[in-house]
Amino acid sequence: MTQPGKDDNWLVRPSTIRLLWVVFIVILALTVVADFLIDHHATFGIDGTIGFYAWYGFVSCVVLVVGAKGLGVLLKRKDTYYDG
Amino acid sequence: MTASLGSLLPFLLPGLVLIAAGVILLWLRGTIRDVVILGAPLLVLALVWILPDGQAPGIHWLGYELVPFRSDSLARLFGTVFSIMAFAGGLFGLRQERRAETPIAFMYAGSAIGVVFAGDLITVFVFWELMAVCSTLVIWIAGADARRAGQRYIVIHLLGGVLLMAGITGHIADTGSIAFGAMKADSPAHWLILAGFLLNAGSWPVSAWLPDAYPRASWSGTVFLSAFTTKTAVLVLWRGFPGEEVLIWIGLVMVFYGIIYAILENDMRRILAYSIINQVGFMVTGIGIGSEMALNGAAAHAFVHIVYKALLLMSAGSVMLMTGRTKCTELGGLFRTMPLTTICGIIGALSISAFPLTSGFVAKSMIVDGAAEGHLAVVWFLLTAASAGVFLHAGIKFPWFVFFQKDSGLRPPDPPWTMRWSMILLSFICIGLGVYPAPLYAMLPFAVDFAPYTGAHVVSQLQLLLFSGLAFFLMLGWLRRTETITLDVDWLWRRGGPAVIRRLDGDPGRSPVPLVARGRAAVERALRAIYQHHGPAGTLARSWPTGSMAFWAVVMLSAYLIIYYL
Repeated sequence: MTQPGKDDNWLVRPSTIRLLWVVFIVILALTVVADFLIDHHATFGIDGTIGFYAWYGFVSCVVLVVGAKGLGVLLKRKDTYYDG
Repeated sequence: MTASLGSLLPFLLPGLVLIAAGVILLWLRGTIRDVVILGAPLLVLALVWILPDGQAPGIHWLGYELVPFRSDSLARLFGTVFSIMAFAGGLFGLRQERRAETPIAFMYAGSAIGVVFAGDLITVFVFWELMAVCSTLVIWIAGADARRAGQRYIVIHLLGGVLLMAGITGHIADTGSIAFGAMKADSPAHWLILAGFLLNAGSWPVSAWLPDAYPRASWSGTVFLSAFTTKTAVLVLWRGFPGEEVLIWIGLVMVFYGIIYAILENDMRRILAYSIINQVGFMVTGIGIGSEMALNGAAAHAFVHIVYKALLLMSAGSVMLMTGRTKCTELGGLFRTMPLTTICGIIGALSISAFPLTSGFVAKSMIVDGAAEGHLAVVWFLLTAASAGVFLHAGIKFPWFVFFQKDSGLRPPDPPWTMRWSMILLSFICIGLGVYPAPLYAMLPFAVDFAPYTGAHVVSQLQLLLFSGLAFFLMLGWLRRTETITLDVDWLWRRGGPAVIRRLDGDPGRSPVPLVARGRAAVERALRAIYQHHGPAGTLARSWPTGSMAFWAVVMLSAYLIIYYL
């Protein structure tokens, strides 16, 4: 068991995190490169273009997070709101 | 076979067998209790597969022919996953100190299986209500914290029952039949039935009961709750309203509602509760699309979702049991000492995100492809965006904030072995069906002509999910959890309604006379007015003298004469 307070787990070391980012970005690039090698049978046209799913997924998430954040401004309350 | 089945049926009805097991379990202790908890669901699973297709001879009751047992591929699919869930949930909660929980959860699961095999609307209704009662008890068993939420839960579900009953009565009046088959939302009765079904599915706007009540149950109770009520609703929608277009839009609202509320949520089990609504939204959309591909997808998705959502809630339940905490802001860094829970949680998270090689991938892509096949462009683009959103709100958010994120300083061990084994079992099913989906496809209602593992499928899904992951980590600052809840439509009856009543009832200093007193005074005034005119001394109750009658008759006749001559 790791000592509480003393965080020396290899997963949280800055060097590991940097390595994970590099690996992640390489994988991201590879998935887009793979688009050149396979044949997307597009139903709607745009869904067959190179990297469509990459930017569409990214943009969808950004829109969802920003949308949620906006709604949160209106609807967020302290979590003790309904108590008492 | 059918004749002998008919005579034996009351005892062999899979739902009733599980309900009976639950009742017996209330009195059992020790090893025999463990044996029944693990044995009864397996017996039910065997029954689901042994009993032949078709319906057993009905039971006559009040002039109607009830069909308590009708088996087909769809019923077997749901019967199978419900019994697997009862088994896994029973194993997970084997050491639960609240001893009545698993027995009642078995009665709850049994009523859900009762709905699955019901061939007529009255049987559906009876098991439907039993399900509502048993699930409420599962919530209440958790203790004082769950009392109010359980109350709100049962009130909403009884309301749903009233809608359903009103719809069924209208349907019988219109058609004279209680048979449960495909309907169209073309009459008030059918709209009521649809509304009753949708309420249990957790569809917006009456969806807040789910994230309100389920996370109040115990660490094992929520696992049971996540499986049965919403998925039974999916089954009856599938049977009752396949291809009903409005379901596409209702489903899409549920999909995005679930994502947005889950993004804003801090409690890990409430995150997972919102994501139930999101996932059921995919199924409802699939049912609304109504093609064979989409209906197959909805059924398959229900099956795999029950398994991975239970797995996710088991890992959350383990964290809750071992740490006593459920808020993301108080958790983090648990991967160090809970490796098995972390791995199983990640497998559940990858499955819900429909990562290739997991069960979610082979099921959900059928719904999305169903939209493409039907050339429903808007639906397809929204479902694809939502698939990215699922990875964001459940696929990464749950494991990241609970097991990684910051070091919370907590060093709890993995949970006891019964809980570990149930998580391992469900993880195995998630990966197993993802790698080898043939057994799942063989169980589906329509023949499957679908290859999940094409290059295009895998690459597009990986792009979609991994770039969502990139968005998650780039926007981590925006996603940081705060100690907040997000208001929902239930604010209307938790705060709005009571506030109006309080106002009318005389908030001190605002209105001196309380509402009840004012009402009483109004009624008294009305009664007094009636008494004044109609009472023994009232003007309208007086007897009239003959003279005045004659006088008024003369006046009338004279008036008539004058008008005539004019």
